[in-house]
Amino acid sequence: MTSPRFPDGPILEVGIDLIRIADVEDAIRDFGDSYLERVFTDAERAYCAGLGGQSSGHFAARFAAKEATAKVLRVGDQAMSWRCIEVVRRPDGSCAIVLHGAAVAIAQQNGIRNLSLSLSHDGDYATAVVVGDRHRPRTLVTRFRRKAPAGSYGK
Amino acid sequence: MNDAIRTILKDHARLSRDVALLSDDSDLYEAGMTSLSSVNVILALEGRFHIEFPNRLLSRGVFESVASIRSAVEELSRIAQEQGKAPSSKPRPSRPATPTH
Repeated sequence: MTSPRFPDGPILEVGIDLIRIADVEDAIRDFGDSYLERVFTDAERAYCAGLGGQSSGHFAARFAAKEATAKVLRVGDQAMSWRCIEVVRRPDGSCAIVLHGAAVAIAQQNGIRNLSLSLSHDGDYATAVVVGDRHRPRTLVTRFRRKAPAGSYGK
Repeated sequence: MNDAIRTILKDHARLSRDVALLSDDSDLYEAGMTSLSSVNVILALEGRFHIEFPNRLLSRGVFESVASIRSAVEELSRIAQEQGKAPSSKPRPSRPATPTH
């Protein structure tokens, strides 16, 4: 066999999202703190608010990151707050995804690990790409074959 | 209640189709609503009906049609009234519509 990564090994899941920054600006204008507190964690709001007039692009990029992560997690119709997916900044300035609450449970349920994030915003749009490893549970057949001694088939 | 929900959808869901032409069971996501615009819809519903959507109801299925939204609003309104949190059965006016660009 020459495919050790499939079906037993992890496979890559990719999620992407694109947000019009003006849509986020409109939502902030219409709903203010109610919108920000519903969607973003305290740390996300503190970081973006500290950027002053450029905050809407950063908020939009973070929303895109939450949506891209939801696609990787395969949230489907499961209930989850947007705050369960958080964008954090590492000391080197890069960003990463941290899951909380329901998002952790969904990730475990679907075998998603090792999320990686890249986000950007320029002009009218913000975007984010998230990649994660999906570890699929082994099938009964796979387990049986792994336990069977070599050369035992057909006997 | 359906008319109030449809007004909120018209103002906040950024649908690509006329909400008046959608049935109560039409899929709002297929009609153009996004996850981003669904946040606006949720906040507008909360303001209009004096309710708060708990995390357990923040799923795609709850907001996928006028009928499913109505079901959730009725449940939350009933709970709010039982807890004495609903000041009036008459909904407040919706927030102003977000202009399109």
